Parts: sequence; C-alpha cells; structure tokens
Amino acid sequence: MDNFNMNAPHSMGTTIIGVTYDGGVVLGADSRTSTGMYVANRASDKITQLTDNVYVCRSGSAAHSQIVSDYVRHFLHQHTIQSGQPATVKVAANLVRLLSYGNKNMLETGLIVGGWDKYEGGKIYAVPLGGTILEQPFAIGGSGSSYLYGFFDQAWKEGMTKDEAEKLVVKAVSLAIARDGASGGVVRTVIINSEGVTRNFYPGDSLPLWYDEMEACNSLLDVLPPGGTEAMSI
Amino acid sequence: MASIGTGYDLSVTTFSPDGRVFQIEYASKAVDNSGTVIGIKCKDGIVMGVEKLIASKMMLPGSNRRIHAVDRHSGMAVAGLAADGRQIVARTKSEATNYERTYGEPIPVKELADRVASYVHLCTLYWWLRPFGCGVILGGYDRDGPQLYMVEPSGVSYRYFGAAIGKGRQAAKTEIEKLNLSEMTCRQGVVEVAKIIYGVHDEAKDKAFELEMSWVCDESNRLHQKVPDELLEGAKAAAKAALEEMDAD
Amino acid sequence: MTSVEGLLGCEQDSQRTLSPYVTGTSVIGIKYKDGILMTADMGGSYGSTLRYKSVERMKSIGKHSLLGASGEISDFQEILRYLDELIKYDNMWDDGNSFGPKEIHNYLTRIMYNRRNKFDPLWNSLVLGGVKNGQKYLGTVSMIGVHFEDNHVATGFGNHLARPILRDEWKEDLSYEEAVKLLEKCMRVLLYRDRSAINKLQVAKITEEGVTISQPYSLKTFWGFNAFQNPSKGAEGTW
Repeated sequence: MDNFNMNAPHSMGTTIIGVTYDGGVVLGADSRTSTGMYVANRASDKITQLTDNVYVCRSGSAAHSQIVSDYVRHFLHQHTIQSGQPATVKVAANLVRLLSYGNKNMLETGLIVGGWDKYEGGKIYAVPLGGTILEQPFAIGGSGSSYLYGFFDQAWKEGMTKDEAEKLVVKAVSLAIARDGASGGVVRTVIINSEGVTRNFYPGDSLPLWYDEMEACNSLLDVLPPGGTEAMSI
Repeated sequence: MASIGTGYDLSVTTFSPDGRVFQIEYASKAVDNSGTVIGIKCKDGIVMGVEKLIASKMMLPGSNRRIHAVDRHSGMAVAGLAADGRQIVARTKSEATNYERTYGEPIPVKELADRVASYVHLCTLYWWLRPFGCGVILGGYDRDGPQLYMVEPSGVSYRYFGAAIGKGRQAAKTEIEKLNLSEMTCRQGVVEVAKIIYGVHDEAKDKAFELEMSWVCDESNRLHQKVPDELLEGAKAAAKAALEEMDAD
Repeated sequence: MTSVEGLLGCEQDSQRTLSPYVTGTSVIGIKYKDGILMTADMGGSYGSTLRYKSVERMKSIGKHSLLGASGEISDFQEILRYLDELIKYDNMWDDGNSFGPKEIHNYLTRIMYNRRNKFDPLWNSLVLGGVKNGQKYLGTVSMIGVHFEDNHVATGFGNHLARPILRDEWKEDLSYEEAVKLLEKCMRVLLYRDRSAINKLQVAKITEEGVTISQPYSLKTFWGFNAFQNPSKGAEGTW
C-alpha cells in the first residue's frame, strides 16, 4: 500500500510565512510533518532560532532544512563571538544562501529568514529552492503557499501594525491548512522587534472556520435530541 | 639593550632571559627609520598621509606607493619596508574579500584590523619566518562610522583618533594632539596632515620626499580614494607657507 | 573544524544544475544614438508560477557597462558577485584604468564557457551593453558560451518575438525617444505572447555619462479588436 509508506523521507509539506511591519517582523508556520501520507508529527516547530534576533522558517525536507539551519546557527555563533555583537539578518540570510546555492543539487529545502537588527530594523529574506536570495516586505513558502498568493496580493498592506501583521499571518496559515493536505495542526508565530522575541501558539481547534468547515462538537449525541431522531419517512 | 650579542637576538622563537624577543624589536627599528606616516580621524572620515622618501631623482613621481586601497571602504598606509607592506596589503585585500563572500556585507574595519594583526603576529611565532619590517595604519569607514587602527610588527593593534609612525612620529603625535579632531572635517584635516608631514621633515638631514595622501570620508562617498589633486596641491601650498612663516619667526 | 568554505559543495561528484528554479524571461538590448538601451521585466518565475514581481534583472557593472540577465536568478546573482569582485580588485589598483564593456563581455564568455565544460552551466542568457571612449558595445552570451555582438540583441522568447521586429525597424542613430518606443513595442508583444512575461518593466540606459535604470512601470495594452469582443461572429462553427 503506497499510501502508507512510512519509510518515505520526512517532508514538511508546509505553509510558512514572513511579514514585516513597522518595527519588526512576524513569522508564521503550521505544524505538520509528514512521511508520505502519514503525519509523523502533528505539533512540529518549523520556526527555528538561529540567533537571539534572527529566526528561520523551514520548508521542504525536514532533514535538509535542519542541517542547513544547524550549520548556519553554528556559523552565526562563531561570527557573533568574533565580532562581539549580534549578527545582522542580512548575514544570517547570506549564510543560508551560501549553503543553499552551493549545494543546490543535493538540497530540497526552501527557507525564509526573518529577524531584527539595529542597523536595518526588521527584515525578511526569502531563499527558495535554487539558492536565490531576495529581500522582501513579505514572503510565503511551502506547499501551502500556492493557496495564498492571491490572498496576500489582496490582503497585504504597507505599514501594518504588529497586531495587524500577526492577524494576517494566522489567518493566512489557517486558510492554507484548510486547503493544503500537507499543512495542518496548529499555527505558530514568532514576532521579532527591538524589544525582543514573542512566541505565540494557536491550537488547531481555535482556528477560524472557512468555507464548508463546521464548528466542532464532542459527539453526535450532543447534537441530537435524547433518544435520537425519528426514522425518515418515505 | 644590554643583552645584544648574547645570542638571544637571532631567533623569533627564543626569548631573552629578561623576557624579550629581540627580532621583533629590530623589526620595529626598521619602522622607526622610515618616512613618517600619519592618520587622523576627523568627524566625517579618515585622512592618511605619508612622507614618501625618494630614493632616486630618476624615479617616476607617484611610483612606489605607500598607501593602498584594501577594500572599497578602507585603505592602508605603510611605514618601513615597502615590500613587506605589500605582503600585508595583499593579505588584507583577501581577508576583506573573503569576509564579504561569506557574510554578504563589507567587513567591519575592526574585524579587518583584527585579522591583519593576527597575520602580522603569526610571522613572529615561527623560526622559519621573519617578522614584518613595517607598521601599517588602517583607515576605514563602516556602518559604525570612520575608524583608524595601527598594527605594529609585533602584531599588536590599537584603535586611534590620531596615529603616527616612522622617523617623525614623536613630533607628529605632538602636533596631532593639538588638533580639534572631533570638530574637524576631512577637507580641513588634509591641510593639517600636510602641514605636519612637511613640518616633521628634516630638510637638512633627510632625502627629498613626496607627500602621498588618501581619505575615506563622506566627501569621497565613504570610499577609499586618493585625495583629489587640487586639494592636495592646495594643502601642499598651505604647508609650505606655514613652514616659511615658522622660519621667519 | 568546520568552516563555511568547506560546505560550498564539491565539484568532483558530477554536480550540475539540472533545471532552473527561479527564472527571469527575455532581455532586449539595442544601440541608439548616444549609447545602449536595455529592457527587461521584473518577473521571477517559479515554474509556471509568477512568484516574484520585483526582481531587478539589469545591473550596472563598473562605470561603463550594463548587464541584463534571463534564466536562473541565483546564478545571475552569483555572476554579479564575480563581477563585483573583479571590479573591486581592478579599482583597488587606483591607476585610473577601468574595464570597458568589451572586457566585461569577454570575461563573461570565459566564465560561461568554462562552466559548461564542467557540465555545470550557469543557467543564464546574458546581454552586456556599454559605452567607453565613444565606442558603443552590445553583445550577448548564452549558458553554453555562445557569444556575439550585434546592433540589437535579445534573449529567450525575445529572440523569436522581438528580434524580427528589430530587424525590420531598427536603424542606426535612433533617438532616445524612438529607441524607447521600439523597445516598448517589443515588450508589449512579449507581454501578449510570453506566458512568463509580466507587466512591470524597467528600461536601462547607458551612455558616455553613465548608467541610469528607470523606475519600474507598466505598459498600456490593447484589447479593442472587434473580433475579440465577439470572436465567433463571422467565423461560423468556431469556439
């Protein structure tokens, strides 16, 4: 049964997002990691810390994205010690790019680097599959992002507040979860600005309901009157 | 130097009984005999100037340069053995380039100075190497503003507001201390540096010299460049005029 | 100890770009009275998705050259890094000399040909234009190292859709206005007929004075044909 091939590599059919706002960035991701059709982890954390002030959203192969972010974290640690100050978002993104571009034929991972530094403020860099690096006001990635291009083109606005940006991210991830079978679980967000880092968690049962979705209940027994309904008469 | 000739001055890998490494001190001598090199940090950038002693009148003016660009935003002035200096310059260039390749942004001046110092110091650690017979002044402009460093043959490096090495360093330092560097622009600084170089040059004892100057400042777009010709000529004229005024007194 | 340099991928085990990921479409360049004009849209396609819409695909190289690229954007960025380093090292001589477009073009042909011989091509078609010492220069290089000069050049779809127009309408000493109009005519055709073209483009100019790259802008399109409003009228049995 091909559908249950649990030896398939762990792949993060994913929805990841990074949005800048005035003063910082909001990163967002779902939490589903799959092996083929099986959900290997329903509460993964795809928003990974690189330094105090820089995080990365991972998509694609879990193994590849972990190796890349492990290396980059290591190099940034060295760099921070050597230069005696926090690394900039640009430096972090460039290290990600260096590994992604240099090993493009072996890696299957797209990453979104986001963070805050005192020189440039909040910044988002997208590093998609081939190792292109692009600084952007907002970036989306992973399989779920296919369902979000139109939404972001319509809903993203210049100069959002922190709360507006986070609301947008949570809404977008929940929309993608609703349509992308490879995304699911909870929505995680990370907000980075001059004050520091805030992590938020939006469990799967708290997300907004979209078209053809229904309010959840404990059981049919709660919905029906006691004793069940009458048989349907013909 | 009491211990000279006692056999402890031939190797960089052997300390003298009183804890000195004579080869490094001798290397410093090579620097001390060189034409004066100075650098100052003004409010909007760095100015560097060299009293380049001319070995032969047949030499083309402008040749044997002692100030080199080592990156877009930094330059290096060399006192001592010019050939040794070029080796340091080459290394500095490659360090700057390497950094940018890896991190995607220009190397901070502090980091560059650290790396140059490590390289210079490395050459004092092995018996098969000779320390560099030169000291360098590194001036650069990064996102933290203009910065000035000096690296000596021992491999130490410090950050300065104003630095001087070579023959006339003492007199030059005294003059630099009199300047109000925090209020001065580089355009004004160029004239002051020229005056100092002309001032410390001993017309009677020293060979003829050429004034070589560069800057990294807002006016040069934060790029390391030779001081523009008209400005340099103006500064030279002002320096000569100041000298004559002094002689008249 | 692990170093960044050690992780840049090794050349020995037959590695190559098997297919491009983020790509840009056509670039067009023409000579005109005062120099070279070049144009490209700002799209960055991801397969058939129009993923990025603000990719600058034309950059100035040194004082006298302008480079435009179609194909893999990451490889274009790598080429820009090479050129940036080349120009930096050249500038550091501080001897008043600088590379002209001819030198840059030749350097690019060597890089492209060298990489294709390693079976690891840089997946681009490049257009290099410039002016130095009153001499206009316009050339192109492909991912396999084929290169030539001409009065007008184009990459990708532009070769099929723009160059026939240019062969008809280009002439020596076009004015700036005439040249821009001609380029826009080509870009409009590409916009209609190239699936990955987008309506956000830049026009870059290089003359003896230097490089200017325009603000991004969009072209008016025309949909007013009668046959468009009622396509089956007068063509009985059509869809």
